[in-house]
Amino acid sequence: MKYNFGYLFDLITVITEKELKVRYKSSFLGYLWSIANPLLFAMIYYFIFKLIMRVQIPNYTVFLITGLFPWQWFAGSTSNSLFSFISNAQIIKKTVFPRSVIPFCNVFMEFLHFLCTIPVIIVFLIIYDMSPSLSWLWGIPLIGLGQMILTYGLALILSTLNLFFRDLERFISLGIMLMFYCTPILYSVDLIPAEYHWLIDANPLSLMILSWRDLFMHGVIDYGNILHLYFYSFTTLLIGVWVFNKLKFRFAEIL
Amino acid sequence: MSVAIEFKNVTKRYPLYHHIGSGIKELIFNPKRALSMLSGRSYLAIEDISFQVLKGESVALIGRNGAGKSTSLSLVAGVIKPSTGSVFVKGRVASMLELGGGFHPELTGRENIRLNATLLGLRRKELNAKIDKIIEYSELGEFIDEPIRVYSSGMLAKLGFSVITQVDPDILIIDEVLAVGDISFQKKCIKTINEFRSKGVTILFVSHNMDDIEKICNKVIWIENHKVRRIGNSKEIINDYRAFMQ
Repeated sequence: MKYNFGYLFDLITVITEKELKVRYKSSFLGYLWSIANPLLFAMIYYFIFKLIMRVQIPNYTVFLITGLFPWQWFAGSTSNSLFSFISNAQIIKKTVFPRSVIPFCNVFMEFLHFLCTIPVIIVFLIIYDMSPSLSWLWGIPLIGLGQMILTYGLALILSTLNLFFRDLERFISLGIMLMFYCTPILYSVDLIPAEYHWLIDANPLSLMILSWRDLFMHGVIDYGNILHLYFYSFTTLLIGVWVFNKLKFRFAEIL
Repeated sequence: MSVAIEFKNVTKRYPLYHHIGSGIKELIFNPKRALSMLSGRSYLAIEDISFQVLKGESVALIGRNGAGKSTSLSLVAGVIKPSTGSVFVKGRVASMLELGGGFHPELTGRENIRLNATLLGLRRKELNAKIDKIIEYSELGEFIDEPIRVYSSGMLAKLGFSVITQVDPDILIIDEVLAVGDISFQKKCIKTINEFRSKGVTILFVSHNMDDIEKICNKVIWIENHKVRRIGNSKEIINDYRAFMQ
């Protein structure tokens, strides 16, 4: 069956609303938690790396949060997507709708949280005597779309495979932690010894984080990096769509 | 009359997935066994079933628990695919496959109406226009803003059925959900179903209540041991079925 675009839009709205409501149903501070969480981590890292280990990176707080907030979007959607089909078993088994919408809503919801953190970035920029740049207007949608596609592709793969191999989640939480330290979030690229540079070059997440940081801190858009990021994004999406289409008819049986 | 639903030699096997629990470890240390299990043991739900439902007919599926009625309905709804054979369905299907199916326990009745109606294919605008009617039909009163995990099974059935009333389907599937409502609500449901019938909607109905079936359906498919045992006029088949079950 073909679905028209307007209906898909309605579906995404309703499911995202639902996910948000379910998540914040019994929490008093609501979505403030999604800002508080990365902010707290930023404080911890600031304390350890700036105050104790005395890392010589200027404006280290801004440096940290411009990496941590986009990372939070990526890591949050990746780990949530593992359960996107499992936690919606009821509606998958009993109704017919394009299932690929659910992981998308997961990624989209984390994206909304990310948008809520941008004002925090602006506040810190001002504290450190910097200011937002006009290039944000096209920079944020451009990098945001790249990250959205990359994350959605990955979410499709993980949400599908996790139905068949339920212990995938253990690997993924380890993997996310590993990637966190392999991505220049806490440190800058020029601190890395030359022989380990391949760690950064072969890592699409570094491209993503570096693009965000360039944009937020300096208002600079490195189109080469972004093109590179899009290449990884579409490759991941293609694999994701392939895996999903291959297995989607078995979802209702296995849940 | 045109055909609305057609099953041609449909067989459905469910793989027994429970062993997959061992997951990746099994796949790494014992790949042959893990993969053979994926295609190996299975449970036969329905075997070589063929039937036709014409547009505008209302048909009941009867048979013991586990005979394959719900599997057949899921196939029509398109939630699962047949292992062999083909299922042809023409038009928009609205299904109520289970009590509380398509609902989320933490959301309120009102929020669940939005979710469920959208999943059934209603657009936002249509829904905004119809939501008051749905709530009125459900008779839930102030419970509509309570999370549905506190609902009784009768209230769940009311909520589910009232969403269905405002959808505009070509084929309507109802699986054993009327049984838990009170008598006056059951009557109301049967009246609504008959209104759908008179609008030319094809109806597929599963119930263990033969009186309901006689009120709603003109044709009965009797499934026994995963196969079609008889198809025909409701009165005749119900009599035989009653005699058989004694």
